[in-house]
Amino acid sequence: MINRLTDTLDFQTQALTLRAERQRLIASNIANADTPGYIARDMDFASALKQATGALPIPGQMAATQRGHIQPTAGALSESGLRYATASQTNLDRNSVDMDRERASFAENSVKYEATLRFINSGMKTMMDAMKSPSQG
Amino acid sequence: MSMFKVFDISGSAVSAQSQRLNVVASNLANVDTVAGPDGQAYKARQVVFQTLLMGASGSAVGADPGDPVSASAGVRVSNISEDQTPGRKVRDPSHPAADAEGYVTYSNVNAVEEMVNMISSSRSYQNNIEVMNTAKSLLLKTLQMGQV
Repeated sequence: MINRLTDTLDFQTQALTLRAERQRLIASNIANADTPGYIARDMDFASALKQATGALPIPGQMAATQRGHIQPTAGALSESGLRYATASQTNLDRNSVDMDRERASFAENSVKYEATLRFINSGMKTMMDAMKSPSQG
Repeated sequence: MSMFKVFDISGSAVSAQSQRLNVVASNLANVDTVAGPDGQAYKARQVVFQTLLMGASGSAVGADPGDPVSASAGVRVSNISEDQTPGRKVRDPSHPAADAEGYVTYSNVNAVEEMVNMISSSRSYQNNIEVMNTAKSLLLKTLQMGQV
């Protein structure tokens, strides 16, 4: 019963975890902008979120036919869900990091991370307001 | 908490870039030297970057960049290579380091290349610092979650 209070926040929590994960991926790409042979990686956020919330099956997930079978926890991200980026301009050292694209994704991801945080905060505020007595205003 | 790993990743990149900047500085300082520590003309040095895969604890795991085991990838300097092209030769018989034919061998540093290298590495350094600052401010906002 009590978990119904936080169930509404579950979706945003998954989204926040995935945003943090994506931030780490983009940081890796920016860090390796000068490493020869490095291939930039990114995730398909929409399908990753669908997998994390259970709307889409995680690729490579095994069927659980017995009670004792281990299943990935909610929000688990499979490595196979990561995509490799192709270089927008070819170069001799086979590095496929496009700094403009990475900077843009980084800014976009940080804004959306903050937005998700704000959704969570306002969800909690709504809940707190609902719990207050009328005299508390 | 994957956001904390951003500091490991960008930190490794910043230290690799500062090592690159150090090498550029020593190359530029030696652009006109005739003899290095071994008595030969100074040879230009270049850092070689390598992807450093980080495990769950933030420590380094297998160093094959094609290995998709870990999503966080830092940078390290794998080795420093010496440029083996022959140095610049200038005829100056009165110079104490001149050879039998009167030629003095200077270092093989290309000053223009080094300046470009310097600009590139300082830009990368700034980029990584910015990544860390953004991660820091996002984490601080995450700490205030729920304090409405």
